[in-house]
Amino acid sequence: MRFDEPALRNPIDDLTVFGRPVARIEGPLKVTGAARYAYERTELGKAAYGVVVGAAIPKGRIRAIDRTAALASPGVLGVITTLDHDRLPTADMCAATLFGGDVIQHHHQAMAVVVADTFEQARAASRLLSVTYERAEGRFVLADEEPRAEAAPDTENGGPDAPDIDVVGDFEAAFRAALVRLEQTYTTPYESPAMMEPHASMAAWQGDHVTIWTSNQMVNWAVRDIPRALGIPAENVRVLSPYVGGGFGAKLFIRCDVVLAALAARALGRPVKVTLHRPVIFNNTSHRSATIQRIRLAAGSDGKLTGISHRGLSGNLPGGLAEMATSQTKLLYAAPNREIGMRMATLDLPESNFMRAPGEAPGLMALEVAMDEMAEKLAMDPIAFRILNDTPVDPHVPNRRFSERHLAECLRVGAERFGWSARQARPAGVRDGRWLVGMGVASAIRNAIPMSSGARVRLERSGRLTVETDMTDIGTGTYTILAQTAAEMLGVTPADVGVTLGDSNLPRAAGSGGQWGAANATGGVFAACVKLREAIAARLGFPAAQCTFADHHVRSGNDTTSLAEVAQRGELIGEDLIEFGDLGKRFQQSTFGAQFAEVGVDAFTGEIRVRRMLAVCDAGRIINPVTARSQVIGGMTMGIGAALMEDLGLDAKRGFFVNHDMAGYEVPVHADVPHLDVVLLDHPDALASPTKAKGIGELGMCGAAPAIANAVYNATGVRIRNYPITLDKLLHELPPLSAL
Amino acid sequence: MRAFTYQRVAATAEATAALARIPGAKLLAGGTNLLDLMKLEIEAPTHLIDIRDLDLARIEDTAAGGLRIGALVSNTDLASDARIKRHYPVISRAIVSGATGQLRNKASTAGNLLQRNRCPYFYDTDQPCNKRLPGSGCSAIDGASRGLAVIGTSSACIATYPGDLAVALRLLDAEIETVDAAGRTRTLPIADFHRLPGDTPQIETALQPSELITAVILPPPLGGRHFYLKVRDRASYAFALVSVAAVLHPDRTGRIAFGGVAPKPWRVEQAEAALQDSAEAVVSIAFDGATPTEQNAFKVPLAARALASVIARARESSDAV
Amino acid sequence: MPQSNMNPPAASGMTPVRFITVNGEQHSPPEDPRTTLLDFLREQLDLTGTKKGCDQGQCGACTVLVNGTRINACLTLAIMHVGDEVTTVEGLGKPDALHPLQRAFVTHDGYQCGYCTPGQICSVIGALAEIDRGVPSHVTGDLSAPMITTRLEMRERMSGNICRCGAYSNIQDAIAEFVGEPR
Repeated sequence: MRFDEPALRNPIDDLTVFGRPVARIEGPLKVTGAARYAYERTELGKAAYGVVVGAAIPKGRIRAIDRTAALASPGVLGVITTLDHDRLPTADMCAATLFGGDVIQHHHQAMAVVVADTFEQARAASRLLSVTYERAEGRFVLADEEPRAEAAPDTENGGPDAPDIDVVGDFEAAFRAALVRLEQTYTTPYESPAMMEPHASMAAWQGDHVTIWTSNQMVNWAVRDIPRALGIPAENVRVLSPYVGGGFGAKLFIRCDVVLAALAARALGRPVKVTLHRPVIFNNTSHRSATIQRIRLAAGSDGKLTGISHRGLSGNLPGGLAEMATSQTKLLYAAPNREIGMRMATLDLPESNFMRAPGEAPGLMALEVAMDEMAEKLAMDPIAFRILNDTPVDPHVPNRRFSERHLAECLRVGAERFGWSARQARPAGVRDGRWLVGMGVASAIRNAIPMSSGARVRLERSGRLTVETDMTDIGTGTYTILAQTAAEMLGVTPADVGVTLGDSNLPRAAGSGGQWGAANATGGVFAACVKLREAIAARLGFPAAQCTFADHHVRSGNDTTSLAEVAQRGELIGEDLIEFGDLGKRFQQSTFGAQFAEVGVDAFTGEIRVRRMLAVCDAGRIINPVTARSQVIGGMTMGIGAALMEDLGLDAKRGFFVNHDMAGYEVPVHADVPHLDVVLLDHPDALASPTKAKGIGELGMCGAAPAIANAVYNATGVRIRNYPITLDKLLHELPPLSAL
Repeated sequence: MRAFTYQRVAATAEATAALARIPGAKLLAGGTNLLDLMKLEIEAPTHLIDIRDLDLARIEDTAAGGLRIGALVSNTDLASDARIKRHYPVISRAIVSGATGQLRNKASTAGNLLQRNRCPYFYDTDQPCNKRLPGSGCSAIDGASRGLAVIGTSSACIATYPGDLAVALRLLDAEIETVDAAGRTRTLPIADFHRLPGDTPQIETALQPSELITAVILPPPLGGRHFYLKVRDRASYAFALVSVAAVLHPDRTGRIAFGGVAPKPWRVEQAEAALQDSAEAVVSIAFDGATPTEQNAFKVPLAARALASVIARARESSDAV
Repeated sequence: MPQSNMNPPAASGMTPVRFITVNGEQHSPPEDPRTTLLDFLREQLDLTGTKKGCDQGQCGACTVLVNGTRINACLTLAIMHVGDEVTTVEGLGKPDALHPLQRAFVTHDGYQCGYCTPGQICSVIGALAEIDRGVPSHVTGDLSAPMITTRLEMRERMSGNICRCGAYSNIQDAIAEFVGEPR
């Protein structure tokens, strides 16, 4: 099915089960431990255990690896070292070596896998490798490398010819002429996805075919990249990833666990499973780059922005991706004069790559604090200031409208619900015992990305429907929303629908990332269901266009047949692919939100605790308010982490992230998170997808951290521009003890 | 984790005899720190002596009017004991401010005192650390040191003692009771139990090789208001940036000990006289000679502000922290 | 292979207990004393509901109940649990016969990816038992007063169970519903 015209009314719009709160259909498996993740599968037989050894230097070469002692250790079946292979091809969009060769690009790069009969044996033997390194000097400090940084054009939105800097009008002139100006630099730290399930893969070969159970967000990328890495034909690889214990970007691409499990299984002739132990994950895999962002804003006394400049810097290995922290600034606010662009510096640190809401999450942490500062300079309410500078069109392409944009409504609805009118504009004006209390707000934007997505829907003889696709559910609710889609289209209940996901033998779907999963994958199931409806109608001799499907029956005029009856005459299959035309180019398709936070700051110690949060979201049609709300509160929780604690600590001398475990890399715990309030606005987007949905998985993180940052300022009068906002940064500006 | 043999003992003498006899043997109680370190081979005992069946899990009154806390009393049971809650609430408060419910259920009283430090370089076997590998150098001094010690350190080590319970015990002047393989018992003040690093940061306590801790002895209750304030970035499940244990009396006398700032629970008795004056005065004496790094210099003013918070709470209400 | 030399406690006049009881079934302890309770459950008994998130006691995904008390299965050796009764998430309920707490997690969407979920559920049960026993927490006001199961208490007591998907707010709703039921 090609989607190149706005969606008209279609069977989804009945909203019998689509758009309704439905509990996760796989929920009972998850709460009882019956859902099996990659390392827990039994289909391949008893697997040997592989333990990965990471390099102990950040840059250089490996001269030699002596594996004698490891091989002699009890239970050891084999040791494969990086010197045994040439450098394996990496995944697309990745820069770090997966495995192979003597060059060390970063700390904890995979150097060897030690395989044994038991985990205990493999772990013990993994300590027995003797490695001779040749160290090289490395570049580890982002700010130090700024002079040598290169432009990172926004090719994702601007295509291959995207300019180094997106320019509209004459920013410098506007800035010089402006009555009110802001010029500030903001920094965001290195952050780790730190999902709960470590990277894990289990592989077994049958002849020259390999089957791999892994934990991966993008099965169709995995089956593209694995054959390349292993040097085998694409059709010889099957990948399964039915349950993913969190990813947040870390599992978009194959990592060394996949190739090491496959290489070891091939070498040993038996199934092998490999998981990255937690202390290795932080430096071996990927993270979000730190950023340095310089923002200049110009406005007249009326509060209208006349100019926006947002210039950012991130770092990565040579050939890696930039953290596009300035891209949302092109779309969020109107201003006739603009200059927006990213640069990237080369660093010899582990790979920076996509992490939840790449670009927008750190970008809004800077822009939305700048907007708060500017509102204060203008003596305007921060919400009024934002609404005043709202734009119905892409400010860089003024004839290009947003498909739907309800940012102002988000801000207004949120202000009302949150009790914004009680906010004291003067900072440090509210005390509650020892707590300084403040409120903050921030806008949120995250684009909707159309991607083709396929699915197959079977009406089985039993009368049951089964949805089949290689789509993944990384906690997002895919199982449930695909069941809802098929149920709505065929007039049954979600309980009548089975969903099989994460198998590369099934039709190729969009996968899970960039909040593109929900809208595209439901679009693919929608398309497959249209085909199935046609097949059913054809079997019954009904005109397909006039059929309605409801209450387990097909109706055409006065004729009615039950689906069960149809099914008894033999299985019917609908399979199709949703493909998108140029609506996404003609119209800017984005999701919007407003985040509100109230924090308390201990006037004595500077400890910051979030008291209340609210997110109001404009994300197209909400497919399932239960799972959509969960996506939003999850993003808000990650926003609390980003604002207040998450920080991969760099040892600038030794070139690695020091706090590489779950105690050192602090993420929010239960005690950090109050009840989180979410309002989901209902604005179906007929230009985005046939189901009029747009996705919401990353929107909830956007704006959450800067809302908290602005609340900290409102509470204390102390403006912190380098995240995370920790008490040591506040302490010297808190009221003197004599005043408490 | 290297291979080891395992033995579960029923009598204290059996444990100390095995400890003395078997090179590389270690005692195992809760195991929450030891097993973690064994996985990383920072600890590599050849033999584990599981002492959980020893009769050391009781809390008894002492003739002197205090309490004798068996070495194997779990952190949870100690924090929940009615006598502790009533007469030594600073102990309950300190315990429940640390770790998690799961860990406190497993961790023992003696094991808690013996937990090793949490310096990230100590935990990272790819990096030099004088505590883990004497003579290899200290990575923390010019590395990531935000959480590390500001006083009592040496050029060999700036690790912080990570525990909370010991800070409360130091405040109360508890004593540690031990027995060795020859059956000799001794008690030593907690002030002397944890050592400063000096040139030998690998030696963390005064415990001798075949010694086993049998109990912690609390002196009679001090009365006063008890506080344990733990300052940290996230609200729970984190080690202290700074903690303050305090017993305060209405006449503005009291005792103060700090955690998260030094290689051992940090109490400077002379500083306590300054409670009559101000929190800053106490801290200026207690932290005299501090040598913080650029990253952890905030801990000294934070200690003063945390203590001021405790003092303010003592004046405000009748509820403890 | 390392040798174990076990002297498990014996009830007087009875054969020494040599089993680890898991969800009511008796199992011989592992041969290798290095095997943690977590790896014993997952790799030898195929009880993979108990998850390994960090293997360092830093995430709580491996929380199980041992003699009714919650602990991290990653920081204890299986061999230490001869004579103990271990309950894992599989011992609480089945997909078609959910424990009321498991049902409350489904109702309130108290999870997303599901990986921390079994640990969260076991931890709730352990934490409520601790409240019943008068175990205080960091946020308990009066140490000597009867313990109350408030949201604030449960947020603190559950803080050893990290959920990176950020389902905390919903988990607390699930707990509140469960606690509201007679138990």
